[in-house]
Amino acid sequence: MKKFTALMLAMLMVMSLLAGCGSSKPAADASTIKIGMSGPLTGGAAVYGKAVEAGMKIAVEEINAKGGLKIEFQSQDDEHDGEKALNAYNNLKDWGMQFFAGAVTTAPCLSIAPTAVEDNIFMMTPSGSSDKIPMTGNNIFQMCFTDPNQGASAAELVAELNMAQNIGIIFDNSDDYSKGLMNGFKTKAAELGLNIVCETNFTADNKTDLSTQVTQCKDAGCDFVFLPFYATEASQVLTQAAKIGYEPTFFGCDGMDGVLTIEGFDKSLAEGLVLMTPFNPDAPETQDFVSKYQAMMNGETPNQFAADGYDVIYAIYDACVAAGVDGTTAPSDACEMLKTYFATNEFSGLTGSGMTWDEQGMISKIPAAVVIENGKYVALG
Amino acid sequence: MKKLLNNKNTRSNLVIYLVVTVFFLVMQGMNMGGMLTSSWKGFLVPICVYISLAVSLNLLVGICGELSLGHAGFMGIGAFAGIVVAALLQDAVALEPLRLFIAMIVGGVLAGAAGFLIGIPVLRLRGDYLAIVTLAFGEILKNIVGNLYVGLDAEGVHVSATSAKFTLLEGGKMILDGPVGATGIKKLATFPMGFVLVLITLFVVLNLVNSKEGRAIKAVRDNRIAAESVGINVTAFRMKAFVVSAFLAGMAGALFGLNYSSMAASKFNFNTSINILVFVVLGGMGNILGSVISATVLYVLPEALRSLEDYRMILYAVVLILVMLFTWSPRVKEFVSVVTDKISGIFKKKEVETNG
Repeated sequence: MKKFTALMLAMLMVMSLLAGCGSSKPAADASTIKIGMSGPLTGGAAVYGKAVEAGMKIAVEEINAKGGLKIEFQSQDDEHDGEKALNAYNNLKDWGMQFFAGAVTTAPCLSIAPTAVEDNIFMMTPSGSSDKIPMTGNNIFQMCFTDPNQGASAAELVAELNMAQNIGIIFDNSDDYSKGLMNGFKTKAAELGLNIVCETNFTADNKTDLSTQVTQCKDAGCDFVFLPFYATEASQVLTQAAKIGYEPTFFGCDGMDGVLTIEGFDKSLAEGLVLMTPFNPDAPETQDFVSKYQAMMNGETPNQFAADGYDVIYAIYDACVAAGVDGTTAPSDACEMLKTYFATNEFSGLTGSGMTWDEQGMISKIPAAVVIENGKYVALG
Repeated sequence: MKKLLNNKNTRSNLVIYLVVTVFFLVMQGMNMGGMLTSSWKGFLVPICVYISLAVSLNLLVGICGELSLGHAGFMGIGAFAGIVVAALLQDAVALEPLRLFIAMIVGGVLAGAAGFLIGIPVLRLRGDYLAIVTLAFGEILKNIVGNLYVGLDAEGVHVSATSAKFTLLEGGKMILDGPVGATGIKKLATFPMGFVLVLITLFVVLNLVNSKEGRAIKAVRDNRIAAESVGINVTAFRMKAFVVSAFLAGMAGALFGLNYSSMAASKFNFNTSINILVFVVLGGMGNILGSVISATVLYVLPEALRSLEDYRMILYAVVLILVMLFTWSPRVKEFVSVVTDKISGIFKKKEVETNG
């Protein structure tokens, strides 16, 4: 029994030590607002988390250099996992976060959003694009398009520019993003009378070889293939198509952004690829951001994720300045003030101008597409 | 009563129950008093889940001596069964804790049934082969639950393995959406229920270990041939351990699934299985209290290290290696026993003084 008492005492001491960690909240400073972000900074999806984080850091540095209202920024790793994401969010709350500028990927967003609604903390995700995210509550905002909306505008673009006779679709059946885009595209395509002749899919477990799907599209005689998924998988489709001498128009969405920076991928295969992206790193008005990003990330060209992150920080900052939110405003009050602000005001940034949000927090902005020519993005149409 | 307390097994069991009860009371008290940070509030239920998973796996790995790498598969079955049951009973059972408990039982039973079916072919194997086959079955279970489409509408429940013809009536609700998993889950899990789960797990495992069956299971682990020669049905006892372990993992999984608002099947992959195995190995094979403590500490550790940002996972790995090295070194063991003897010596002296 003595041994047990000793053990208990030791355990209690360890527990109290652990419980003491991070519970010290520093006093709020009126001149500094606190923005927290979570994203996959390690693991398979780290490329997106790192890009958003860097974009946000650039915005924070610019704002803090300006003077006036300052921003304190903290990013936490969620490993693209719902469970870890909630832990990251709770950790940021303990830090005293007023606004949550995350999460980067959809699954963590869906895990955090109901808690953010409960806490009434203003949340604006730079790149979590499922329509389920803003539908969770009216304090959840998006900087990117929702998937079905983007899919629909892709179909509109295809019809407008008369790009396709026979359409093939390859999608990732295990991915919300991919399925959302596909459904939006299909519904709109049917409305516009576009001809879909082949529809095939893969899942996360068998995405290392996509030759079957590419061959299916070729055999069905598609002259246009819609690829609603990320750049890594797309690079495989392009490589495979080149191998069997298949040259339709490939059309991707914003997840395709970054296809030119994939290691071990022959960039010449991406020539002629069309993709929808709100951000063009080769446009003159984005050059300042691009050079800052390259200085921070060893010469890497920023993608749309970085630009979305940059815009989220500016959107929150602009709203705070206009609505008179400062570092002492309680997160819940700040949330109400920002909601009222975004209901009537518009925002212009790197990923578009005149963006507005509806009462659900869904964004509306003009879709833009680019085509890859000589390894550069060129605006389409 | 005194006789009972003198029994070494009963005494060490009581210690385990006391440790978890004190931990629960302290945490619950701090939670009620608003002294817990948001992070800690978020840890409470997962800690209970992982304790339960580690203890149930310890039954298989430590007590039965069979290395299983598919524990997360059973957890996944339990999680998705629990989510579906809780969603279906949304209107039928208004009382939330009761609904949660029913979901946990159903999750446990289904996982146990899956454990039985898998056990038939798997338990013909031993050692490394068993480890590899359980790994494969864990992945199969993950893929099965990851390809189920379950929806509820005015016509009733719809279940399908393909999304092709799966349509719901207007106002219908998708419960499981294939590989995307479940979204918009109503969170039912609470810390007291987590504590109940841990108690159930401990009660089942400790009683099994100290029963006639438990001794037979240990005999099979220590010497299969000798056990067979005295008339122990080896396969039946291994099966018993396997099914009980799967059942408990299923219950834990159901609680886990109902603690988050979205859940995808990919969560229950090989990595999660290994994670649980790490809890067991670090806590000590066959050491139930060890599993309880290591699951708690190792779950909290990477989260408590968040302030180190990029270095936290490196530090976590370093801690694992150090713990492994130190707890198994004979010198450290000797040192620990000297220290604990000294501390208990102080108490003993005091007792003698007060008695005298």
